[in-house]
Amino acid sequence: MKRDAAVAAKQRLVVVGNGMAGVRAVEELLKIAPELYEITIFGAEPHPNYNRILLSPVLAGEQTLEQIVLNPLDWYRDNGITLHAGKRVTRIDRVRRVVCADDGTGGVIEAPYDRLLLATGSNPFILPVPGKDLDGVIGYRDIADTQAMIDAAAKYRHAVVIGGGLLGLEAANGLMKRGMQVTVVHIMPWLMERQLDRTAGELLKKSLEERGIRFEIGAQTEALIPDRAGRVMAVRFKDGREIPADLVVMAAGIRPNTTLAESAGLLCANPRPGGIVVNDTLQTVTDPRIYAVGECAAHRGIAYGLVAPLFEQGKVCATHLAQFGIGRYAGSAVSTKLKVTGIDLFSAGQFGGGEGTEEIVLSDPTAGVYKKLVIRDDKLVGAVLYGDTVDGSWYFKLLREGRKVADIRDRLMFGESNIGDVGHEGHNRAARMADDDEVCGCNGVNKGRICKAIKDKGLFTVDDVRRHTKASASCGSCTGLVEQLLMATAGGDYSAAPKLKAMCGCTEHGHQAVRDAIRKEHWLTIDAVYRGMAWRTPNGCASCRPAINYYLISTWPKEARDDPQSRFINERSHANIQKDGSYSVIPRMWGGETTASELRRIADAVDKYKIPTVKVTGGQRIDLLGVKKEDLPKVWADIGMPSGHAYAKALRTVKTCVGSQWCRFGTQDSTQMGKDLERALWRMYAPHKVKLAVSGCPRNCAEAGIKDVGVIGVDSGWEIYVAGNGGIKTEVAQFLVKVKTPEEVLEYSGAFLQLYREEGWYLERTVHYVHRVGLDLVKKRIVDDAAGRRALWERLQFSLDGEPDPWFEFEKAQVDLRQFEPVARLERA
Amino acid sequence: MAGGPDWVTICRVDDIPPLGARRVARAQGGEVALFRTADDRVFALLDRCPHKGGPLSQGIVAGDGVSCPLHGWTIGLADGCARGADCGSTPTFGVSVEGGEVRLDAEELRCVGVEPAAA
Repeated sequence: MKRDAAVAAKQRLVVVGNGMAGVRAVEELLKIAPELYEITIFGAEPHPNYNRILLSPVLAGEQTLEQIVLNPLDWYRDNGITLHAGKRVTRIDRVRRVVCADDGTGGVIEAPYDRLLLATGSNPFILPVPGKDLDGVIGYRDIADTQAMIDAAAKYRHAVVIGGGLLGLEAANGLMKRGMQVTVVHIMPWLMERQLDRTAGELLKKSLEERGIRFEIGAQTEALIPDRAGRVMAVRFKDGREIPADLVVMAAGIRPNTTLAESAGLLCANPRPGGIVVNDTLQTVTDPRIYAVGECAAHRGIAYGLVAPLFEQGKVCATHLAQFGIGRYAGSAVSTKLKVTGIDLFSAGQFGGGEGTEEIVLSDPTAGVYKKLVIRDDKLVGAVLYGDTVDGSWYFKLLREGRKVADIRDRLMFGESNIGDVGHEGHNRAARMADDDEVCGCNGVNKGRICKAIKDKGLFTVDDVRRHTKASASCGSCTGLVEQLLMATAGGDYSAAPKLKAMCGCTEHGHQAVRDAIRKEHWLTIDAVYRGMAWRTPNGCASCRPAINYYLISTWPKEARDDPQSRFINERSHANIQKDGSYSVIPRMWGGETTASELRRIADAVDKYKIPTVKVTGGQRIDLLGVKKEDLPKVWADIGMPSGHAYAKALRTVKTCVGSQWCRFGTQDSTQMGKDLERALWRMYAPHKVKLAVSGCPRNCAEAGIKDVGVIGVDSGWEIYVAGNGGIKTEVAQFLVKVKTPEEVLEYSGAFLQLYREEGWYLERTVHYVHRVGLDLVKKRIVDDAAGRRALWERLQFSLDGEPDPWFEFEKAQVDLRQFEPVARLERA
Repeated sequence: MAGGPDWVTICRVDDIPPLGARRVARAQGGEVALFRTADDRVFALLDRCPHKGGPLSQGIVAGDGVSCPLHGWTIGLADGCARGADCGSTPTFGVSVEGGEVRLDAEELRCVGVEPAAA
């Protein structure tokens, strides 16, 4: 009954344009509101939706047309979509709300709509020169153009490509690979001038010349000359020279295809860049029932020609079509890569420099490597990479996030992989890897599997690849490689993303907005946050709930109540879950020191509970592995040592060297300092785990240089270093301050950690936090502002005062003891 | 209800924390996980993630799904199926709640998720 009513009430959505932008919007809509609309799609081409970006590899003979189909006809059928392929829409009647299409036999197809989505794409710009309509003169836009080029290559010798931009060079490369003698005519002073600076443009030209492509740089086309049969045979320039041409490809830019929209009276931007004017919800400003996405749309004056912005638009458009009314499209940052096999090239942002910018340049023409980074106001604003693009995505990320770069400036040029990447054997060029080479060392995913998933499942973004293959889903250090594979396999500017990253799929708000609102509104419960910020899900997800729980208890200590059901199992059972479902127990050993009686109790517990593995950890403690969940409270009680919080986003260890008490080199009593720090800071929950170390002299045996807070004793006092990390990416801690007394070490270290606790984002290590806000800010708050530092230190002590040890004070720590036993044990029936 | 399931009383709804889970040990076969949603609905799954066998009872419950503690797959409580791009499912058990008591189907407890060799 209910279902029939829903069917009767179905609204009609008509989509004009069966390309990547329109179909992606429909896919997004089907994900969130599969039953809402009766959907009809018109496409002028007689094909299902295919990946237009991959026409270049098809032309080059590296892929086939079948391989680039994104949505086979079955997809339309399975989703109940009516597809009119090869039917050009000729008219929109906005009064009757009907679109009319030519059915190809002289008849008319009418389709009424409640909502209309225009995704008519763009047309190649055809130079207005004599001879432009001759046989053998084409644009480069669709399958038919590609096929015409493939056919021409089989019959003719000389090709001329007009336009040395991205598309033109890809066309030239493909035609050359098919055996034609290709000349690229480019009126501007260097190739791809909109994406490259002069140096990179010239390196590119040299490399393409070595492959056999000829260039006419600065030449102006005057006319196309026909032979007797009316086919083009030559191109004549303004200076009177002529070059032979059996095929002319016009690749001098694209223009939004707005003919249909204009005839329907929809406002279009004029003249350039053109495009149907839409607002942030992708509705046309003229008629709110009509939406436009993709290359035909002009958003805030920009018509995007790259795929990632189109997908972002599709997503926002879909949420509005689904009547959620959430999400706004705020424009995209874009980056470019050239899809010519063997040429690595990347550019993004204001690579050309400009007022107030500085440039960092690395140029090695012999090796064919050129990199330029453009910086303004301590932020990366542009990048051009030629010959080595592995760090392109990293630069693009820095650029989008607008992160301060002062602290990494001296290493910026050498890229992210220079800063201690591990896990993929040091590979930095995916193209050179074999199919069975491992890309993601965390999840054991090799190159072949990633490429297959990208092809088979039509993946476009790194997030898609993560979801489907788990590659780069854990530590993320291979993200650059995965992006290269996406580039090579699916094409496109995969990596553009909205500037603001939402916490998770449950909300559009980012971490900072949530933290700020919790403080401003004085919210004390997760529900209050969800209600106050209009969460999409009733109780969040495993990603946002633990974060919000942490934000509440760290912002409002002693007021907000911890919610165990919003913590990961490790923090709920106060032990570390292992792959077989058993747990590990790591008791706290202050400063890494222990006693005979502690060791005896540990040994006895190992025997009594048949604990299979006993291991010394990297943090100077003892790990008991393979403890059954039922035994956890008993093991804790028998050992009688405090919780080591080795399972929590909290203070873990304070590693120490022996120090001046025993060591002949020691200048300070590092062990005592470590014990004092650990006693002052234990039970401290934080956005992520926190590790400290104290060394008694600059030999630094406690490895303080890779800790969240590292303290190094020198003859005249203590040096404090912060934001080091020995994990996925080895990061050396940065010098914060030098102090004289142990009391100062406590105050400065504690204040820094409290700053991180109050302002860090959940799952952000100190290194990421300091990268995000900049070491200068940290110094200002901790070193320069004495009153602020003391206040932070006091707030931390207030937070920690009276905090329970969860291994012993169950009620106070809200440890639900019921969890350790089954709720029922059923006997054999 | 003639020929209906033979229900076995397991526990009270209140024995399961809201947005939480408890385990039921069986004489044979893996444990069964009981889940309670925010609105007090109760679901039962074999306590084994289809991915790598993680104990779903130890996961975080949100809406009508649970996210596995080992690698974060999300499993639907009603159908036992992995959500998103992940593929796989874990056996479900019928649940009846009456007078605040949670009951499972005796026949399913005997057979579902029990290795044939052990049966």
